[in-house]
Amino acid sequence: MSSLTMADAALKRKRVARKRLVNGAQNGVWFLVVCALAFAVMLPFIWMIVTSLKSPTEVFAYPPTWIPKEFQWSNYVEMWNKAPFGRYFMNSAIVAICVTIGQLTSCVLAAFAFARMEFKGKNVMFMIFLSTTMISSQVTLVPTYLVMRTLNWIDSYQALIVPFLANGFGVFMLRQSFRTIPKELEEAAKLDGCSRFRFLWQILIPLSKPILASQALFAFMGNWNSYQWPLIITNQDSMRTLQIGLRYFVSGEGSTQWGIYMAAALVVTLPVIIIYFLVQKTFVESMASTGLKDI
Amino acid sequence: MNLSMLKADKTVKQQVAPSAKKRKNKETFEAYLYLLPSLIIFTVFTFFPAFFSMVVSTFRWNLPGKAMFIGLENYIYLFTDAIEAPIFWQSLGNTFYFAVGVPINLIISLLLALLLNRKIRGVGVFRTAFFLPTITSTAAISVVWLWLFHPAQYGLFNSILISLGIPIQSWLRDPLLAMPCLIAMGIWSGMGYNIIIFLAGLQSIPSTYYEAAKIDGANTFSLFRFITWPLLGPTMFYVLTVGIINSLKAFTEIDVMTQGGPLNATNTTAYYLYQNAFQFFQMGKASAIAVLLFLLMLLLTWIQFRFVDRSVHYE
Repeated sequence: MSSLTMADAALKRKRVARKRLVNGAQNGVWFLVVCALAFAVMLPFIWMIVTSLKSPTEVFAYPPTWIPKEFQWSNYVEMWNKAPFGRYFMNSAIVAICVTIGQLTSCVLAAFAFARMEFKGKNVMFMIFLSTTMISSQVTLVPTYLVMRTLNWIDSYQALIVPFLANGFGVFMLRQSFRTIPKELEEAAKLDGCSRFRFLWQILIPLSKPILASQALFAFMGNWNSYQWPLIITNQDSMRTLQIGLRYFVSGEGSTQWGIYMAAALVVTLPVIIIYFLVQKTFVESMASTGLKDI
Repeated sequence: MNLSMLKADKTVKQQVAPSAKKRKNKETFEAYLYLLPSLIIFTVFTFFPAFFSMVVSTFRWNLPGKAMFIGLENYIYLFTDAIEAPIFWQSLGNTFYFAVGVPINLIISLLLALLLNRKIRGVGVFRTAFFLPTITSTAAISVVWLWLFHPAQYGLFNSILISLGIPIQSWLRDPLLAMPCLIAMGIWSGMGYNIIIFLAGLQSIPSTYYEAAKIDGANTFSLFRFITWPLLGPTMFYVLTVGIINSLKAFTEIDVMTQGGPLNATNTTAYYLYQNAFQFFQMGKASAIAVLLFLLMLLLTWIQFRFVDRSVHYE
């Protein structure tokens, strides 16, 4: 009897071990598949970095080399000297930071009114705010340009910043979040003589840090990467943003300096990638729940 | 004591009635103050331009000249003119051609999301790898792909073709291949976003469903077919419609890589609008295109709302 149970147990153990082995092998195969796919997806980035370190002659070598024979760090220096990338960088930073701060402010204020106040015409106003998300930038492109032209704002920071200081989608997201904070908190604050604005500033905003951070992130990245509007509204080199600078840098000069172009593309990409790695978790989570909004 | 309290309460109530109204008015006033910054920006930069777009579309307005009212002539011209109409129709066709990438992207992203949903070691690293193209600026990745698609033999894709024994291609300079090239890049750069959305959707499906089905002897395929697929349906529909609407707006990659060429093969309606406005400076005609594009997007948004309402019924 006992030997039977022992044999049984041994058999069971064996079965479990085999199952584990099969599972392990299966996971190993999937691991390799994912590795291969990830490598394929990263290939353009790898090729960008590799090319950015090659000498002009090696860039045109066939078959292409995967490790530069001689690391041509001077590509980065040359790229920086050939076009005013410092200026582009500054323009992009000024515009993206101003838009982020301004957009967040206007969104917080409007979302607070929608989430926490009762007023006449609230529903109509909310519909109006939501409807802005349906009007795409392509439709307003020509008239907005004509307005800027009349205001004499072409080639100015205002033109790059002001149109983006409101965001209907952001208002919606923040309103949803503000509504989850208990009403009792506000009543308690009110009893203690706290004004409505102070409640927003000292209680609601600190409590909503995660959503504010993700909204700020979207605003910043969307604006940093934006292309069409800066392309249209800036003519002078001194007002171009990084994305537009890159475009003219690449299309303007002959077609033989791919090493330098790739160095430039990498420099343009880097800030956003760094930010991504710093706040990866917030980023992925908020993207899953809110969706990315492109400009 | 009770009586006096009641009395006091009554007087308070009597006083409250008018002051409550006053307070309500005050609150309304304050609320609009909070809305004001957004309202000003929306009025000047969204509602007025949207309206003005329709007005301008009824004018012949070639900058720097003066505007002249011509009624619906811009629209008639776009649809019937012997030279203009074929290009406009081609641009509409190209727009939908470009949108073909969206369902392809959907399928690939879903497969990858299913793969990444397994318990694989270092899954975070892989997620980052798939996601990086999404956050990188379109201008920068377009420059990189311009180099990958280089028509000479040292272009990376051509060198791969050579090693496979296939003749080299001119990619973006070939009218037949240019659009598929743009679509391929679009899939590559858009995948990460879809994967994140799908992973969130997959993780929201209760694991008890799978466990119960497994006990009933369901295999991997039927688990997918009868649990994952229907429960992920609304998410997929959302991703599909948003993807199509976004693909109608595609501009950056076209401007950096092909400028609508070769032979208008990649000239989408959004790009054609830009060309008319900012290369030919025909503001009236460009506005007419903008209005038509807007109607198309509105139609898609309407479809999205209608069907999403209907299909979100689980749990």
